[in-house]
This record gives sequence, C-alpha cells and structure tokens, in this order.
Amino acid sequence: MSTALESNIRIQQEDFVVTDEIETIKKSSRNIGGITIFLGTGRELSKGENISKLNFEHYPKMAEKKLEEIRTQAIKDYGIIEMIIIHRIGEIDIGENIVLIIAAGEHRKETFNACEWAIAELKRTTPIWKKETTSNGEVWVQDTP
Amino acid sequence: MITVKYFASLRSIAGKDEDQFHMGTETNLTNLSQEISKTAPIIGEMILGKKILVSVNLDVASFDTIIKDGDEVALLPPFSGGI
Repeated sequence: MSTALESNIRIQQEDFVVTDEIETIKKSSRNIGGITIFLGTGRELSKGENISKLNFEHYPKMAEKKLEEIRTQAIKDYGIIEMIIIHRIGEIDIGENIVLIIAAGEHRKETFNACEWAIAELKRTTPIWKKETTSNGEVWVQDTP
Repeated sequence: MITVKYFASLRSIAGKDEDQFHMGTETNLTNLSQEISKTAPIIGEMILGKKILVSVNLDVASFDTIIKDGDEVALLPPFSGGI
C-alpha cells in the first residue's frame, strides 16, 4: 500500500528495490553524472540491547508533506537534479530496508552533500516514529543520533 | 469540534488514537492543553512544557496559533524515523 503524493516521495509498507529506484532516477535527466545513495537498514544492536523487531509509524499526509519539502529544498539548495525518498512503515525485521534516499546531480559533490543533509532533515522534521522490540518489551525510540 | 490525534508513545499514554473536543468557534493551544489535561494530565504537561510538538492542519503550531472549530490537531512526540 503506497501513500505517495508523487512517485519520488513514498511512505509504504512494502520493500523497495534499490536498483529499480536508481534506474528511475537516471531516467529523470540525461545530464545526471553522479548519484549518491543512502540506505538505512534494521540493525540488531541498539544501546547494548538485542532488537528482535522494529515497527515504524507515521502521521499520514504530514509525513509525506515533509518529505516533499525536503526533496524540493535539496534540489533548490544543493543544485541536484532529482531526489527520491522512500521510508517504510509497519513491522520491519533485522536486516531489512527501512529508508532510501537517492540524490542525482551533474557532479558527485552536490549529491553527497544533499544526501547527507536530507537524511538528517528527515530525522529532524518528519513525523515518523520507531518502536523497538527487545527481550525487555517494546519501547518507542525518542532520541536517535 | 476539534480532533486531537495521538501518535506513538502518546497513544499508549492516552489509551486511544484520537479525541474530540468542543471548544467553541476558536481557541488556542493553552486552552486545548488544559482540556486535554482533564483526562490525560501527563500529556497536558508535555504540551505546556514543550516536550512534544503540536501540529494544526499538518503545520507545526505555536502557543499563538489559533485553533478553529473543525481543525485537526496532532500531538507529536520526538521523531525517530530513518535509522
């Protein structure tokens, strides 16, 4: 189930295929010469505890709105050509994909910078929450570095 | 009627997904938090102590924001998306 406002911004339960998304962004311009990818995945260890399961929740409409603002600002401020942002919600197992950001531009430097800024901005401004399940129970994470 | 949505840890505290409050034609966040405190005092304190963000119709609100009848208010604990 996708709740996309448009195809380059998606919040969805289902997994994504990184190579498919790279091909999609490459088709957006023949002037793309550099692509930077950030892929976030579910890790087993958090603050010394073994996590068995992750669960992500979002505020529909506001979360998509924030991701679109990040995409638009990244294109404007960093001079990249296109950006794709996908975040999964629902139950996610260890090792599975969580978030994907792809920045495409004419040269590498602006895509590195845009990608790094975008993931930090996503964490800062986008109403998405993570719940971790450990042997001690479930806890909503409230501080992520 | 104003709809108040609770997310993540706040849903657990409130014990529900959302509430509805009759506050007249318009009010503000201070008045609304006082109303919320009647059933969930911890959440009211979080709002007044700025421990959580509040949005009105999908935009982050301040204590000066006018909240009108029919608006959607969301109480947003600290975000933890990404990894």
